[in-house]
Amino acid sequence: MTSDLATYFPLLKCRVHEVCGASSLSFAAAAAAQSGGEVFWIREAWRSERLNPVGLSEFIDPSKLLIAQVKDQLEGLAVMEEVLRDGGVSIAITDLSEAIGLTEGRRLQLAAKAGKTIGLCRISEGMGSNAAETRWRCAPVLDMDDSTLQRWELIKNKSGTLRAWNVRWNAAARRVHVAASVTE
Amino acid sequence: MFDGMQRRVASMWLPRLPSDRALRLRPVDGPFVLTLKESNAERVYCLNAEAERQGLSKGMPYSDARAYCPDLQSRAADRVGDAGFLHVLRRWATRYCPWVGLEGDDGLVLDITGAAHLYGGEAMMLSDMRQRLSRAGLTAQIGLADTRGAAWGLAHFGEGLAAPGQALAALGALPIAALRLEDKTATALMRLGLRTVSDLAGSPRAPLARRFGPELMMRLDQALGRQPEQVTPLADPPHYGVRITLPEPIGLQGDVMAGASRLLKALCAKLKAQDVGARVLCLTLRRVDQEAQTVELRLARPLRDPQRILPLFERGVADVDAGFGIDQMRLEAVQVLPLPAQQISTVTLSCKDQLDDLISRVGTRIGLENIQRVLPADSHIPERSFLTAPAAYSEPEGPWVALRPRPLNLFPPEPIAGTASQPPRQFRWRRMSLSTARATGPERITPEWWLVDDNWRSGVRDYWHVETRQGRRLWLYFTPQNPGWFVQGEFA
Repeated sequence: MTSDLATYFPLLKCRVHEVCGASSLSFAAAAAAQSGGEVFWIREAWRSERLNPVGLSEFIDPSKLLIAQVKDQLEGLAVMEEVLRDGGVSIAITDLSEAIGLTEGRRLQLAAKAGKTIGLCRISEGMGSNAAETRWRCAPVLDMDDSTLQRWELIKNKSGTLRAWNVRWNAAARRVHVAASVTE
Repeated sequence: MFDGMQRRVASMWLPRLPSDRALRLRPVDGPFVLTLKESNAERVYCLNAEAERQGLSKGMPYSDARAYCPDLQSRAADRVGDAGFLHVLRRWATRYCPWVGLEGDDGLVLDITGAAHLYGGEAMMLSDMRQRLSRAGLTAQIGLADTRGAAWGLAHFGEGLAAPGQALAALGALPIAALRLEDKTATALMRLGLRTVSDLAGSPRAPLARRFGPELMMRLDQALGRQPEQVTPLADPPHYGVRITLPEPIGLQGDVMAGASRLLKALCAKLKAQDVGARVLCLTLRRVDQEAQTVELRLARPLRDPQRILPLFERGVADVDAGFGIDQMRLEAVQVLPLPAQQISTVTLSCKDQLDDLISRVGTRIGLENIQRVLPADSHIPERSFLTAPAAYSEPEGPWVALRPRPLNLFPPEPIAGTASQPPRQFRWRRMSLSTARATGPERITPEWWLVDDNWRSGVRDYWHVETRQGRRLWLYFTPQNPGWFVQGEFA
């Protein structure tokens, strides 16, 4: 039972998680959809890439989305901690451009615990912090029948084993379906 | 009114208020007029004495005025500003007496009963008024009499002082228009041969009342004091500022917060009395060396609850440099908005409150306008299919409709190699070599010709949803009018 996606995927509350890989954006969107409440997305203002709320509407209701444009990562982390500690939103997502240390990671964990909120950091490959509860690597997979197939790998897990799943996003039900579990 | 005190009213007429105000701001020599656009023609709204000397008059077309007077200088009239200036003058006039009201849009009326002796008598008071107004560059005519009507007539037609009980003697020689009559009535009375006020006062009342209605006699009675007329003083607009002066300078953050808490309670009581909430608050901390430090707090929505506002000040107060200590604190609600009382009951409301507080708190750190929400927009152009607006100044809107699959993110178009109208089989993008496995499209989007957008100069776009063998699902477009391929977004 412990190896089921349902054990890990609606991400554990009161914790901060990490996701990397080409599909990290859709993982974040799916996590936001599963959290079911207000979504606070922290982005650095200099990035030219923009979230497209029309595309996100397959996952979440964009009217529940708040986007904070921050100057740099330090400010972003401060805002993230504030938001996690407040508990007014159900998930806070941030895009990290540099690796964070153990202190920052631990502070985020404590804030999430205080606010009973989910935190999710989108990171680059191999940039994770040791304080993260789980770390996922997500990549799209070509599938001639469906265009949402992805491979989600759990590459760090503080309270369980590591595994990988092939999943699809069901836009009508707004939930993740496991296509087939992948064995290493 | 108690016995023995004769009521005295001063009327102050400022015939050139708009042009005097404009010239105070930026003086000019020579003839000067203010123009106002009325029924599609520029007309002279107000003019200075020099322009009047050259034969111009109020209400004449501006083009005629320029023909009469080639060196005429003009500016546009600002009626709202003039009204504001008159209110400023009204507040100034309370230096003479507490009972000051507005007379039309170019005058003030002061009930100076029992106040004249403070200036050494009525004549001295009038000369003081004239002196101060002329020093301020304002043309004024002032009349003083027992009644509002008589004072008005004197201000507009005679400029002078009517001794107590001598209203008729002072008004008698003035034309009939000094009784605040309509133009039509005044003309008709002139035709009857009643040219002055004393003519009218000596005529039998009944036939005139039958001919002109009760208003004519009412105006006469008001001017002569047979019928009362009140001066309505305007209340000062509410002031949302409180301050505290400390006997000893303070420097600890906790002490400053305790002071702020006291100020906030007093301010919120003021706000509550007026049914408004503060949107922007400004806390000024004056140090013993006369330096002042300001903490500005912008709220996500109007509030007047001290318990909710106080924690939001913590961050700003922590950044203040207290120096040798703070001995005066001042708290002002810079921007207030109406906030009617609300029934507090349900749980959902408090959830929204929590989110607003969060926005305010994060806003103190990164700026309130940097917390945004997205609103749907009616456009097929992907970049314009949504709007971003500051969350504090907008409400969530819906519904969101995606007619066709749209990517999760959008980036500025990144060119890839290829000029054919079908998606390239192989291409390189962001240093990755990708090969197309399945392409869905095209979806043609034409630029919105009514808006200028440099990104769409290359003409129509054919959008393709391309799934690569390597997994990435990209949103490509081809510009047929200017052959080239670009990547603009990525799907889930």
